[in-house]
Amino acid sequence: MSALFGKLAPGFWRRVGAMVRKEFVQLKRDRVTFATIISVPMMQLVLFGYAINTTPRNLPTAVLLQESSDVGRTILKAIENTKYFKITRQVHDEAEFDRVLASGEVLFAIEIPRGFERALRRGDHPAILVAADATDPVASSVALGTLGNILQTALRNDRAIPDSGQLPFEIRTHARYNPAGASQLNIVPGLMGTILTMTMLIFTALSVTREVERGTMESLLAMPITPFEIMLGKIVPYVLIGFFQASFILGAGVVLFGVPIVGNLGLLAALSTLFIATNLAIGYTFSTLAQNQLQAIQMAMMFFLPNMLMSGFAFPFLGMPKWAQWFSEWLPLTHYIRIVRAIMLKGSTLGDLHYDTLALAGLMMVAMFIAVTRFRRTLD
Amino acid sequence: MSAASEIVIDVHGLTKKFDGRAVVRDLSMQVKRGTIYGFLGPNGSGKTTTIRMLCGLLTPDEGNGTCLGYDIRTEADKIKRQVGYMTQRFSLYQDLSVRENLEFVARIYGINDPTGAVRDMIVRLGLNGREEQIAGTLSGGWKQRLALGACTLPGPQLLLLDEPTAGVDPKARREFWNEIHALAAKGLTALVSTHYMDEAERCHEIAYIAYGELLTHGTVDEVIHESHLTTYSVSGEGVMALSATLEKSKGVDTVAPFGTNLHVSGHDRAALDAAIAPYRDDPKLSWSVISPSLEDVFIGLMGKAKDNFQ
Repeated sequence: MSALFGKLAPGFWRRVGAMVRKEFVQLKRDRVTFATIISVPMMQLVLFGYAINTTPRNLPTAVLLQESSDVGRTILKAIENTKYFKITRQVHDEAEFDRVLASGEVLFAIEIPRGFERALRRGDHPAILVAADATDPVASSVALGTLGNILQTALRNDRAIPDSGQLPFEIRTHARYNPAGASQLNIVPGLMGTILTMTMLIFTALSVTREVERGTMESLLAMPITPFEIMLGKIVPYVLIGFFQASFILGAGVVLFGVPIVGNLGLLAALSTLFIATNLAIGYTFSTLAQNQLQAIQMAMMFFLPNMLMSGFAFPFLGMPKWAQWFSEWLPLTHYIRIVRAIMLKGSTLGDLHYDTLALAGLMMVAMFIAVTRFRRTLD
Repeated sequence: MSAASEIVIDVHGLTKKFDGRAVVRDLSMQVKRGTIYGFLGPNGSGKTTTIRMLCGLLTPDEGNGTCLGYDIRTEADKIKRQVGYMTQRFSLYQDLSVRENLEFVARIYGINDPTGAVRDMIVRLGLNGREEQIAGTLSGGWKQRLALGACTLPGPQLLLLDEPTAGVDPKARREFWNEIHALAAKGLTALVSTHYMDEAERCHEIAYIAYGELLTHGTVDEVIHESHLTTYSVSGEGVMALSATLEKSKGVDTVAPFGTNLHVSGHDRAALDAAIAPYRDDPKLSWSVISPSLEDVFIGLMGKAKDNFQ
């Protein structure tokens, strides 16, 4: 140490000290930045700490009872007792069974077939079907993996079930839309949304603050151009860039990872464009709120983190507590993750996705409205 | 055309406060079509704020008026189409070329054949050969020229130029003023703010603003005449030492060195004469009554205005 500092020019510490002092004064002047340094980590710790759950419980499950029997009811009761499943829906035929899974209303659907009880008594080892929506492998795999063992324990002492040491019936699991449970099938669509969110936010978050900081905003305001025109003009180029980026990620996903695109590519392109525009509008709104580029970047990051962690990409959406799910409905990525998984892996149509589509469009409108009203036409 | 339309700027009682502090107070002014109106005053006197209120970039807290016949409070959009505003700080895009900057402006204003109009403007500005140069790399003089070109490109009726010659060399300043005069000859009105006194003499009319108040206005001769200022020029040995003594004397409003001379001014001739009487017969000094310069007048005005504030 002393060998190193011994060679320092006289006054080294005084100059470093002066610099440190100046940096603190500047930091203190920028109140917003100072406040974010303190409050954001706290907020996020609380938000994510309580919301994120890697072993989700109470996942919504539909049941199709082809026969009404004590055995069936007992099994369903036991399944619910595992806490992993929560029966939220009774369906009445196989078409409905498929539909509730496809729409994403439930994550699991259980079918107890006709003649199940009789087959059980005969020792025929009948099967119940547990179909899972495996577009989110994290959410489904834990529950499916433990189902057999837990049921066996739970039903051992139940008089309705013949005791033979082993389960007298078979649980036939069916991981729909991603039978191999390949994580790429989740990662590629998810990353597409995450990367688009990040880049689109940053692009526009800087756009207005940059004009203000460089002094070009003053002459722009003195020109006959309206705030709405400025906003559209600043968003449109990035819609094209975002579209190019999305195509690139998607192309790589198909070529390198063999991710299927089951649904309509045109629909995927259209809804991706909507998602891109929504993020651009939000970034632009930050840009009208921030006083400088640093603040704009911080706002973008603050918005990006919950998008990544709470949208259902990194952790199961349905595994979060209700308040966190409600909160996440306000994040565009939540809706886009559903859309992109549904189109690519399930082949869903616009009819299945109208809620998420409307939600995205609504968020875009809200952001644009705030941006245009917040955008100051004068320097007052 | 009615007489009213010959008045391009007509505002009354403009007041603007920032955080409760009045930056411009009760300012009224009229500017006739085709004049070059010099807007003088020290830094922070409210020149920029006034200009911004005229083109609708700031809303006055009090007062009203018209610019080009449009209400400055409610018709800012119409004013913007016919006003060329050159900001104090270079406000074109530093990362666009000369041509790209001008074409952007041309397209915003909806000029027919933007490419052609820009080509002509580049020739007029003498920027040919530099069309593709990035604006940020231009020298100060060229930047200012480009900025002027950008505000005249849409064919405005009024130019609002906020300290256009700050930090520009004398040759570029002269060329700039020649250009302003050429434009005024074509009927364009220009309001030019500056704190260079020599530039005031190039204006048809001037107004002097300090501490947010318009202190005087008129032609240069009118302003000097109406100041009722008497100025002595004194030179000789020990004149600078005299400066400190005179400054404190009653009847002397300002003392300012001009080269080896000292200008001693006062609004009350009798009091001024009494103040300098002890030194008039000093053989080492030579005294003469001169016509006050604009600077003497303004420094005198500023002194008075400041007193009003204290």
